[in-house]
Amino acid sequence: MSTTTKDIDISTFQSDFEARSLDMICINESRQQHPWWYNFKYMAVGMLFGIVFIKAEIISWFRIQEMFRLQSFHMYGVIGTAVIVGMISVWLIKKFNIKTIHGEKIEFHPKKFNKGQIYGALIFGLGWALTGACPGPLFAQIGTGSLVVLVVLLSAIAGTWTYGYFREKLPH
Amino acid sequence: MFQLLQQTWPWYVAGVLIGLIVPALLLLGNKHFGISANLRHACAACFPAGIKFFKYDWKKESWNFFFVGGILAGAIITALFLKNPDPVVVHPYLLKELASYGITDHSALLPKELFSWSSLFTVRGMIMLVGGGFLVGFGARYAGGCTSGHAIMGLSDLQWPSLVATVMFMVGGFAMANFILPFILHL
Repeated sequence: MSTTTKDIDISTFQSDFEARSLDMICINESRQQHPWWYNFKYMAVGMLFGIVFIKAEIISWFRIQEMFRLQSFHMYGVIGTAVIVGMISVWLIKKFNIKTIHGEKIEFHPKKFNKGQIYGALIFGLGWALTGACPGPLFAQIGTGSLVVLVVLLSAIAGTWTYGYFREKLPH
Repeated sequence: MFQLLQQTWPWYVAGVLIGLIVPALLLLGNKHFGISANLRHACAACFPAGIKFFKYDWKKESWNFFFVGGILAGAIITALFLKNPDPVVVHPYLLKELASYGITDHSALLPKELFSWSSLFTVRGMIMLVGGGFLVGFGARYAGGCTSGHAIMGLSDLQWPSLVATVMFMVGGFAMANFILPFILHL
């Protein structure tokens, strides 16, 4: 597989990076540029995720209600196991300096604390228990044919937009 | 084998597979697991409205759209070919509580009394679907990530701000499910 690594103007990269890293999450780390169809590899991972979401009933409104009522261990087991597997994987990648399949160094960025992780997360939690879905399961719920969840998704996008609009005025 | 695939998968199988998404995305192209950023990219792509928060090159993040596209495709495949034909097993206490609000359907993963077009146009449905969705989108971005970005990716990388966020997700969820939701379901 041949890859082309183009030099990207560092100044634009940094300013862009800053804007995107306001998120402190989902920052596209890669400086490599690939043809668009390379993105299908992420689609394959997403498909596996979508199947697991449904087969393990993670997208179920009932499972989320049970979790918050301490009536079932299921969701705690799923998230706990995922975190442990993720932790071991990240530790291995750092320890052995494992590169991407394209030979690029894998980068990690420390997250900065801000008050959003308290207020925002609390607001998110309220919504999570109402809809029984965090953003990932929303897509899977739509895929199972519950088209009314499209409304939930659009509303979530509207919520994100509203946050962007009032961002400067909110405590961080 | 096929029957095994049709049944509900146990938590340890699901947990391991979801945990493996973290290294898979890192190894495939230095991508950090996170889903709620898609909602931001959607804003940036469709209605940035001159807001600084949405002014960035969203096309660079298009991998994330492919990722959720995959989730959607995986869900469709499962619904078509691997669907569990049995009703969803629900804890008897929860069933009893829900019955007192007139929610008795547990044939699928989402109760029809709440997740349907006719429910959407009731006060209860409007609060839960439109209001709930809004809180999820607003809160996730305010927190800088959702369950995938903070609880799974952030904790995997031992980031303490993500632990704060994860704890607050749970606090919000407990408060809503136990203290506020009963009033909403009564509507």
